[in-house]
Amino acid sequence: MTSGATEATFAALVLPFLGAVVAPVLAGRFGARAAWGLAVLPALSFLHFCSLVPEIAGGAPVTGGYAWVPSYNLSFSWYLDGLSLTFALLVTGIGALIVLYAGGYLKGHVLQGRFLAFLFLFMGAMLGLVVSDSFLMLFIFWEMTSITSFLLIGFDHERRAARRAALQALVITGGGGLFLLAGLLLLWNVTDVTHMSLALPYGEALKASPYYLAVLLLVLMAAFTKSAQFPFHAWLPNAMEAPTPVSAYLHSATMVKAGIYLLMRLYPALGGTAAWEIILPVFGGLTLIVGAVMAVGESDLKRMLAYTTLASLGLLVLLLGAGGDDAVEAAVLYLMAHALFKGAFFMLAGILDHETGSRDITALGGLVSAMPLTFAITLAAALSMGGLPPFFGFLAKEEIYAALAGGNLRAILLTATVVLGNALMFAAAFVIALKPFLGARKPTPRAPHEAPILLWLAPAVLALAGLVAALLSPRFHALFSTPMASAVRAAPAPVEIGPMPHFGLPLLLSVVTILVGIGVWLLADRLRPAVALLVATLSPGPDAAFDEFIAGLLALARRVTRLTQPGRLHIYMTVMFATLAAALFVTPALYGEWPAWPRFAPLLPSEAMIFAVAVIGLGAVITARQRLTAIVALGIQGFAVAVIFVFYSAPDLAFTQFMVETLSVVILTLVMMRLRLSVVDRRAPRRRLVDGALALGGGFGLVLLTLKTLETPFDPALSLFFGQWSRVIAHGRNVVNVIIVDFRGTDTLGEIAVVTAAGLAVLALLRRRSTRRGKA
Amino acid sequence: MNTPIFRAFAVPLTALMLIASLFILLRGHNAPGGGFIGGLVAAAAFALQAAAFGPKAVRRAVKVSPLSVAAFGLSAACVAGLFSALADMPFMTGLWIEPHLFGITVPLSTVMLFDAGVYLVVVGAVTAIALAVEEEEP
Amino acid sequence: MIEPWLAVLSGLFFSAGIYLLLAPHLLRALIGFALFGNAVNLLLFLSGRVTRDAPPIIGEAETALKAGAANPLPQALILTAIVISFSFFAFLLVLAWRAFRDLGAEEVDGLDRAEPRDRPAPPGGY
Repeated sequence: MTSGATEATFAALVLPFLGAVVAPVLAGRFGARAAWGLAVLPALSFLHFCSLVPEIAGGAPVTGGYAWVPSYNLSFSWYLDGLSLTFALLVTGIGALIVLYAGGYLKGHVLQGRFLAFLFLFMGAMLGLVVSDSFLMLFIFWEMTSITSFLLIGFDHERRAARRAALQALVITGGGGLFLLAGLLLLWNVTDVTHMSLALPYGEALKASPYYLAVLLLVLMAAFTKSAQFPFHAWLPNAMEAPTPVSAYLHSATMVKAGIYLLMRLYPALGGTAAWEIILPVFGGLTLIVGAVMAVGESDLKRMLAYTTLASLGLLVLLLGAGGDDAVEAAVLYLMAHALFKGAFFMLAGILDHETGSRDITALGGLVSAMPLTFAITLAAALSMGGLPPFFGFLAKEEIYAALAGGNLRAILLTATVVLGNALMFAAAFVIALKPFLGARKPTPRAPHEAPILLWLAPAVLALAGLVAALLSPRFHALFSTPMASAVRAAPAPVEIGPMPHFGLPLLLSVVTILVGIGVWLLADRLRPAVALLVATLSPGPDAAFDEFIAGLLALARRVTRLTQPGRLHIYMTVMFATLAAALFVTPALYGEWPAWPRFAPLLPSEAMIFAVAVIGLGAVITARQRLTAIVALGIQGFAVAVIFVFYSAPDLAFTQFMVETLSVVILTLVMMRLRLSVVDRRAPRRRLVDGALALGGGFGLVLLTLKTLETPFDPALSLFFGQWSRVIAHGRNVVNVIIVDFRGTDTLGEIAVVTAAGLAVLALLRRRSTRRGKA
Repeated sequence: MNTPIFRAFAVPLTALMLIASLFILLRGHNAPGGGFIGGLVAAAAFALQAAAFGPKAVRRAVKVSPLSVAAFGLSAACVAGLFSALADMPFMTGLWIEPHLFGITVPLSTVMLFDAGVYLVVVGAVTAIALAVEEEEP
Repeated sequence: MIEPWLAVLSGLFFSAGIYLLLAPHLLRALIGFALFGNAVNLLLFLSGRVTRDAPPIIGEAETALKAGAANPLPQALILTAIVISFSFFAFLLVLAWRAFRDLGAEEVDGLDRAEPRDRPAPPGGY
């Protein structure tokens, strides 16, 4: 691949982020019309990825990237095979349409620019996620989609429900991201590579590794939370609090598919084992049934769609875990079909909501005369979702049944599950497609009329794409389905199914599905309250558990805070000094490193006297009952220290210490003349005893430490260096001063800055008028 | 503290201390002393003056705000460090010149400028604190 | 060996400093802080080993420090430390003064405006 192409791909990856920067400006200036211009950005990316199709369909993955931290083998690099490319096309293609739709949907909204910026950010993150080759990049983009999804769901943050839904999505999907990180690190540990394209060939070695199950479970946690598998599904229906463009884009076509993407990506490395083929169908099947049943019991259009999305995601997981090559192909087809029809469906629900002011299925009816175009598009989407020819959904369903049908118990169980789920989804699709449009006209909050082009264009394109893809299926398969399925399986996997029905078991199963679906559809109005009742009886479900979890977390945090931050200085200080004393005693005790009893040389009388003065000063400070005594005693011990410096060859220190002690006493006296603080110790005797023991323990511990230090031989290298060179290269004979102003001058510069800051702080404290006096 | 004797002694004592502080600063490189000690002595001189005649009198006499003296000192110390950049050497490299003026060799160096900066910072900051504390109403 | 004596002395300074810092009274804690500074300086001083009557000053006729002269490095470190802890002490003193004047509290437990004991829990909902 040439370097020019690398740069073009990089540009295609960056374009959405550029959109995030310019969107607020353009939207602020041109309003809804800015959407036309902004949609060009993802469209350009889309076109770039389209230009890669022939090469990748030919079987050659496109790779590229830039080194980041080469020593750690970290890079910003991408790996585009059939799987990544299809996802990239979905993200950018639907992304461009969604920008248009969002332009119409939020027309006139004051924060439209911000919304579009978030949407572009998400688009960039999602695009990065599906093309990432490096593990680190994959993880970063994965979490970035969670964060942008949080921002988008909580866009309408003045409503509590939106805030809760946003937080729930963030906690669940972001938390899952941490599992992903752990899984990737473990994968790195096992395979010793940091790039997806290099890790995939390690499949056999990985499956034999003792860490296989751990890697698998961690990756599955990430995929299941992101793709809303039971019991982590509650966030997805709640995320319908987001504006509809978000639901259509994130929660049907792209983000929720990230988990599926991860499973498909790692299928060659992790898939096909017994654990894989047990866990995936169980959770996928449960999610399929739970989602489909809940969809029938729901009356809110968007929540209905959310539950059918849940069911579809469950179906995809089930298919990936079903085993067999056909099942992978079926998953690939269903994923594409679903992205097209469900994205359209959400946008159509948004149109209904937007134009009528209601999205309650029981409150809508007879809209066909007012919104014929919307009806036509909805019907097309429903036909695809229901799996009727000649739409793409039909191809997917035929392939699913062909893959699953079999004679053993497992196959029968899986097939029955899928037939039931599909039938319920069929019913839900036609409830949404027919009920609001047919029958008697019902009064709505707004007078219904046809949607503007910005709104209907995107769903129309998607629904039409579902039809075209089916009609041109050989070409479509050659360009997209086969490369994608081959990438997932890491082996050639030609997809051949066409839109013409063939007699056989799959068709029979389709007929059964449709018949059951029609039955449920006819009974939909009666079933709805029954299912709602059933759900209410079974609750509290995972949704309520989330509230419990958050409340528990907050309670725990409060308890920990109360424990570690009691707000009493005495406790902090006691803990601090007790830790100090413990560290000083426990460490030598553990390692048997007590210092030897030192040799106390006899003191000169002058030394003995000054030591005594220092000790007397200390004692007087502690026992002083009057302020003046305390201040004088403080001065005495300070001067004693100065004299000690004189004795032991430190004239500069002695000089400084004398001046500082003098000034300290002066300033302390000045303050005490104005501030009547008592020096009397009013601690309870018991507490005094404890404090005294702690103080003696700390002091003694430091004596031990010092003695131990003195036992080790002294390394004079630095001191010799300063003594050696002080005059020769720094022209000074007072070595202490030379060190301060020359050798360690930068250090001193910092120190005089601190002195200046202390002066400033004192002035600031004193010049500010007292608040208490001010109030009085 | 405002006794006439104390006041009478305060003026010459302050003057003496200020001169001594400059002496301590300048000889610091070769004998005990230096910017820190000199600065503390000078600050003590101003504190003494303030004790005798009140902080207002000191402010009138010094004219500039003590804290701006500190700021000036800090800037001087920084500049002393930056001189080495002109000679294409790392920050804080000491530079020395020894011009012959009126027949005497006067050693001048960026290190000396730096030490003077330290002196000014200490004088300024400590005097500012002492005066502020003394001026504050009880 | 003079060092063990100094070690014990610095230990006593530490003990006195800790004992005063543990006190709830502002003034005692302040004095404790000052003692603590001296204790640390002594510790630093003697960990560089001490020498009697040989200041680290190069003689007029010599180019390098005589063998057996005092160790200049800890002295340089302590000198700046003395000045810094003095300015910090002054700052703390004035801070205590302000706290006493504004909050009327003479003991540290009264200085709890930032962390009031009966503060209601922050909102825990969404």
